[in-house]
Amino acid sequence: MKIIVAIKQVPERDAQIRIDAAGKWIEESGLQYALNESDAYALEEALQLKEKHGGEVVVLTAGPERVGPTIREALAKGADRAIHIDCADLGSRDALGVARLLAAAVNPENPDLILTGLQSDDLGQGQTGVILAELLGLPHSSLILHVEKTETGFTVKRELEEGWFQSIELPTPAVLTIQSGGNKLRYATLMGIKRAKTKEVRTVTASDLTVDAAPVVVLERVALPQKQKSTQMLPGTPKEAAAALVEKLKFEARVL
Amino acid sequence: MSGILVVIEERDGRVSRGSWEAVAAGQKLAALTGQAVNAVVIGAQTEQLAAEVAAKALGKVVRIEHPLLTVYTADGFTLALHQLIEQESPAHVVFPHTYQVRDYAPKLAARLGQALIGDVTAISEGPVFTRQLLQGRLNGSYRPSGNGPCFVSVQAGAFRADEAQAGTAAISLFTPTIEPAQIRTKPNERFRGAAQTVDLGAAQRIVGVGRGIKDAANIPMVQELATALGAELGASRPICDNGWLPMERQIGSSGQTIAPRLYLALGISGAIQHLVGIKGSQCVVAVNKDPDAPIFEAADYGIVGDLLEVVPALTEAVKAVQQ
Repeated sequence: MKIIVAIKQVPERDAQIRIDAAGKWIEESGLQYALNESDAYALEEALQLKEKHGGEVVVLTAGPERVGPTIREALAKGADRAIHIDCADLGSRDALGVARLLAAAVNPENPDLILTGLQSDDLGQGQTGVILAELLGLPHSSLILHVEKTETGFTVKRELEEGWFQSIELPTPAVLTIQSGGNKLRYATLMGIKRAKTKEVRTVTASDLTVDAAPVVVLERVALPQKQKSTQMLPGTPKEAAAALVEKLKFEARVL
Repeated sequence: MSGILVVIEERDGRVSRGSWEAVAAGQKLAALTGQAVNAVVIGAQTEQLAAEVAAKALGKVVRIEHPLLTVYTADGFTLALHQLIEQESPAHVVFPHTYQVRDYAPKLAARLGQALIGDVTAISEGPVFTRQLLQGRLNGSYRPSGNGPCFVSVQAGAFRADEAQAGTAAISLFTPTIEPAQIRTKPNERFRGAAQTVDLGAAQRIVGVGRGIKDAANIPMVQELATALGAELGASRPICDNGWLPMERQIGSSGQTIAPRLYLALGISGAIQHLVGIKGSQCVVAVNKDPDAPIFEAADYGIVGDLLEVVPALTEAVKAVQQ
């Protein structure tokens, strides 16, 4: 079984965020980056399927040169090879534009299964995988926690709202977007990190893929959110703050 | 290309709350752009649902009916709505931002060469649509620049269901052309996960724990505070994903929705999926080491600090006032 996993490099969760001078995105210099969380679960699902059924796991990502370490991380965890769509203007493309890039790179590979994370931790649109399926003419399902291979395709466990689930059957090939938490994530082993250095990373430039890059949706401006409530901050040492809080909860909010 | 089309979702045979919020959003958009608002219901039998929607101030309610739309599939819903949109050519299509919408709206938009502006929290002059970025740490203003219909889904709770204006709308029927072979996925019955034994929805006091706890070994410390407060213990998704607390204690859009008198969010950054689940809380306290964490925006009281230091101090202070 040949599985393609589309992954994204995103700013690290705890990174300090500063809005850039143009007010259109965040200042990227000095920012630490990491593999998007639900993409890590998509990769894990792919690696487990390969261990069970054999085949190949190919990671696919679009982004500037800085995505290199994220690709190496995926290879160190066990992916067999990688395709890097070198794209410096990823941020100015909308979800459709990014999916077009990925679709153009997936097409010649003819995979049996394509996995992506449910959504990115930066833009959080949660659309890439679903659009990718549409562009490739493939069936899909989203918010998937578990994938089982059947004779004709896959049976997947889909998360619904408020603690409900649903099992869905799909033919192969298919696209699935993976929800976090379905598996335990593995760490790269020392051997894995060593092997990753010799694995193939094929770079294609975004312009070679000749897809329409003109956005239909434009992010015009970013801003810090306004507070919904007036929050009383309680300063001091942990002990002082705790005492002040209990006082407030008892006599002001009257919830103790 | 003109008009606003609101896509209604049903829940247990009735119009879902989120759908009324989408109607309110559609009416807001109508006020800004001077367009008519229509709604669409989808299914195999939609008469009752359509009658319920038609009691709102809408131009018309379209019933998309087909036997192959008995249960939701992304293929079926996309085909059906695509055909209606081709016929009606609305300028805007508005959805509630539900798991189901997330599953097919991007596909539908892409089929028309468009991209969804998803999880929208506000609509302003332009129209410009606001949605959250970086897990709620920033707001982004989006403007459609394409020449097709603009697809928008609205976040749960961002618009008020009771602001959907009442009225009378005409009802019409639309029968899409769908072949069985075009529906490629086969959905089975829905099921519950493990039996729910914890009803956080009814708890009056809840202590929620997030990534700031750092290690499963620190859970008992938080449990001690919960016990002192007579509170239930809950958690954000990553804690349950890690198996540090059972899934049934998860608070948020994929877990339980809570409405306690007191909610303590400990080491929880406040991703929107979590904030949606705590909206009904009366008094929210946040403890987080990051002063810019979005959870503080939803909190009445905040302490910036390491929860591993604050929690023991808090347990002691709570015990002291209860003596």
